[in-house]
Amino acid sequence: MNALSSIIKNPLLKPAFIALWLAFLLLPFRGVKAASVLFITLTIAIPAFKFLSGHLSSLVKQIHSSVERVRHYLPSDSRFLFLLLLPAAAIPLVAQGYIVDVTILSGIYIILALGLNVVVGFTGLLNLGFVAYYAIGAYSFALLNTKLGMGFWSAMPASVLITVIAGFLFAVPAVRLRGDYLALVTLGFGEIVHITLNNWDSLTKGPNGISGIAPPHILSFGLTSLNSFYYLVMFFVVIAIIVMRRIHASKIGRAWIALREDEIATSAMGINRTMYKLYSVAFGAFWAGLAGCLFASKMRFISPESFTFMESVLILCMVIVGGLGSIAGVIIGAVILVFLPEVLREVQLYRMLALGAGLVVLMIFRPQGLFGGKNVSIGS
Amino acid sequence: MFLQQLINGLTLGSVYALIALGYTMVYGILELINFAHGEIYMLGAYLGIILLGFFTAIGLTSYSLYLSLGITLLLTVIFCSSYGFTIEKIAYKPLRNAPRLSPLISAIGVSIFLQNYVMLTQGATDKVFPSLFGGAGFTVMSTRITYLQASIILVSAFMMIMLNAFILKTKTGKAMRAVAQDKVMASLLGINIDTIITITFIIGSGLAAVAGMMVAMYYGLVNYFIGYSAGIKAFTAAVLGGIGSVPGAMLGGILLGLVESLGAGYISSEYKDAYAFIILIIILLVKPEGLLGRSLEEKI
Amino acid sequence: MYPLEVKALSKHFGGIRAIEEISFHTKDRTILSIIGPNGAGKTTLFNCLTGFMKPTRGSIIFSERDISGLSADKINRMGIARTFQNIRLFRDMTVLENVLVAQHTKIRSGLFSAITQLPLFKREERTIREKAYEYLELLGLETHVDKVSGSMPYGEQRKLEIARALATGASLLLFDEPTAGMNPQETSEMMRIIMNLRELGKTIILIEHDMRFVMGISDRIIVLDHGVKIAEGSPEEIKTNPMVIEAYLGKETH
Repeated sequence: MNALSSIIKNPLLKPAFIALWLAFLLLPFRGVKAASVLFITLTIAIPAFKFLSGHLSSLVKQIHSSVERVRHYLPSDSRFLFLLLLPAAAIPLVAQGYIVDVTILSGIYIILALGLNVVVGFTGLLNLGFVAYYAIGAYSFALLNTKLGMGFWSAMPASVLITVIAGFLFAVPAVRLRGDYLALVTLGFGEIVHITLNNWDSLTKGPNGISGIAPPHILSFGLTSLNSFYYLVMFFVVIAIIVMRRIHASKIGRAWIALREDEIATSAMGINRTMYKLYSVAFGAFWAGLAGCLFASKMRFISPESFTFMESVLILCMVIVGGLGSIAGVIIGAVILVFLPEVLREVQLYRMLALGAGLVVLMIFRPQGLFGGKNVSIGS
Repeated sequence: MFLQQLINGLTLGSVYALIALGYTMVYGILELINFAHGEIYMLGAYLGIILLGFFTAIGLTSYSLYLSLGITLLLTVIFCSSYGFTIEKIAYKPLRNAPRLSPLISAIGVSIFLQNYVMLTQGATDKVFPSLFGGAGFTVMSTRITYLQASIILVSAFMMIMLNAFILKTKTGKAMRAVAQDKVMASLLGINIDTIITITFIIGSGLAAVAGMMVAMYYGLVNYFIGYSAGIKAFTAAVLGGIGSVPGAMLGGILLGLVESLGAGYISSEYKDAYAFIILIIILLVKPEGLLGRSLEEKI
Repeated sequence: MYPLEVKALSKHFGGIRAIEEISFHTKDRTILSIIGPNGAGKTTLFNCLTGFMKPTRGSIIFSERDISGLSADKINRMGIARTFQNIRLFRDMTVLENVLVAQHTKIRSGLFSAITQLPLFKREERTIREKAYEYLELLGLETHVDKVSGSMPYGEQRKLEIARALATGASLLLFDEPTAGMNPQETSEMMRIIMNLRELGKTIILIEHDMRFVMGISDRIIVLDHGVKIAEGSPEEIKTNPMVIEAYLGKETH
């Protein structure tokens, strides 16, 4: 036994054993050939990587410090954000419709991710069912629009209100729970909403979804073209960013962050922790509801398929990849995760695989996200 | 009708219980919701199909069906335990001292990875488990029980009794309980915490593997996302029984199976999958320590 | 009328009597120390007074109201603030931000004025910033304003916790082992700070193990042992009380 473990721990043979082990795991799923290929690749790759990592570490450090430099400017300098907006405003003028389309989608995801960032990044409450609010917003909007004939500007506030109320009602009992239990309850809520949408045929038309949603109008001018819708979404993105930044710098934002850092100490400051957690959830739900309305009126068709658990995970990834609690980081995270699979079509197949592995790697090496603050991490 | 649903529920419930044991043991020791545990069960279901297919191809199954099934089960357990072991080493061990939610997010990452790993290697379409026993069974009090159902219930019961004996009687089992109660004290007494954690993952994965293979035989169909909902349901069972409590997981699993099957029979089958989530939410809100768990007070 | 009056307060955990029938009161602008061996129930008493635990029985009268069983945040808003034995700062926030959070209840403008940046909002933010500097100066932390609080040395963190408690505007301050882990020089500085707070009109209750500190600073001392109050009096009286000596040194066995 000891002899065996000393062979395995031998630094020269260790990579081969790791490779052998992983090949063994792959064997039943892909057969002998793929397993051998994996074994040979890893036997070469692991020592090569180790050898290179010595040389790479200086490069990595350089990348690290440049990321830190970029990060340093991101959350503090509002001019930077608006500098980004200028080229964004020009996109419809120069780019193809397809790019505009993807940018609209990333705009909607930015609003969603900013909303989730309030709950997870600021307040430190892990929500695994954020898609529920997104779905409630989208479905309320679609139903008010198709059944009652309400236009965008009346259906949107109504749907957002419905979403906020739903978020609030659900949060009242839930926020008493501790971190990971709360995460599971929110996941359950997301699933219940999804299952309900799938089965309440008389209202939601089940898996067939709701079609025929009217595009938004400004006065009598219909925003039917892609470009005009683009500017509508950008308008809301800018509003979201401004509001987030201002709330973040107010007593409400401070109370949220205090809750994330130490709940006990927060209540010793005279802050009602339940109330501020509710605030946070309701405020997050507000943006999810808005994003839902935009999504519904953009697609003109919605179905439960767009509101699965994986969607919740995707939004969470945007928040985590970009940087928990950092507004600019979250925006970058959303843009990266929407554009990457679109740009690299081949990647699409492996997107979720990479996302899963990426989450693990990120938690181990940079739990605060790519652009997150130095000491920010969720939970305690 | 009622008895029939009871048998169905009991079959389903014993499977949930087997998976729930993995959640509860890991939570008891690491306070981690091992989100990827459901995927181990899914791997078990796939491995059952793959390996049995292999043994059929080389002619072992036609030589002796039971030998072939036995070896398949054994190998499935070995492979799943190896996966559990590897996951713990790669995704959780480096996060031992990280903030509470980091390992949970890492676990979600593993779960997504494994789902897509299986989807990419085995295809996105359903896999079929060959029907070996047909609908053969026996009838008690006008209730039909298939041999498969009976063996699922019996095998599960057997595994649970063995696990209980292991935890209560053996030295390793006692060490596991000690670590669950007080890690610092246990390590002062010379218990190697890392070894205990590894053993916990191996045992939990082995149980999930058995559950996975049995379900694959029972339903005859398998796809790469069955781990997610089964995992959540088993977790619900663990919470229902009192997370961290081994008898609680068994009780919770069986109760949940019964609720689901009776609910589907008498209330609505469309919302069958929602019952588990509703129970999960209600339990966490009303009695978070579960039926057999201990309650915890906030530490200041 | 006393600022704080505790009547027959008990806290039981299952069968364990952490504190049993404790009664005492404070006087305005005084320092009251609570001493006793480990496990005597001192921190449990603090937790009951500040709303982090619900007392099993008894009452706590503060500004003519029974506050026993109220939530921690309510009690703080009524005017009682505390520090913690194991320092609970908002570690990733700067020193200044910690003190800003503490002034949360001083701000009236809410969500709407924050979004629209109304003059009221800006004025209030400016005021609490100025106040924050005052509190930090009082504790000698004015040079650390922008430091991340969790990265400061231990002694400075304890001081910041006191600044934060002060900034909530409380009139009664409860300090749980304010000099734990400090060197003699820091301890004497802490003594000056706390005496200064008394001069500024604050009423103070503290838990402390350092006897020289306790004897030097206290107006009155309460001794707890096994959850029961065994003595109360001036430092001189406590020093010579045979019950106290017994509790600390143990009963002579022959």
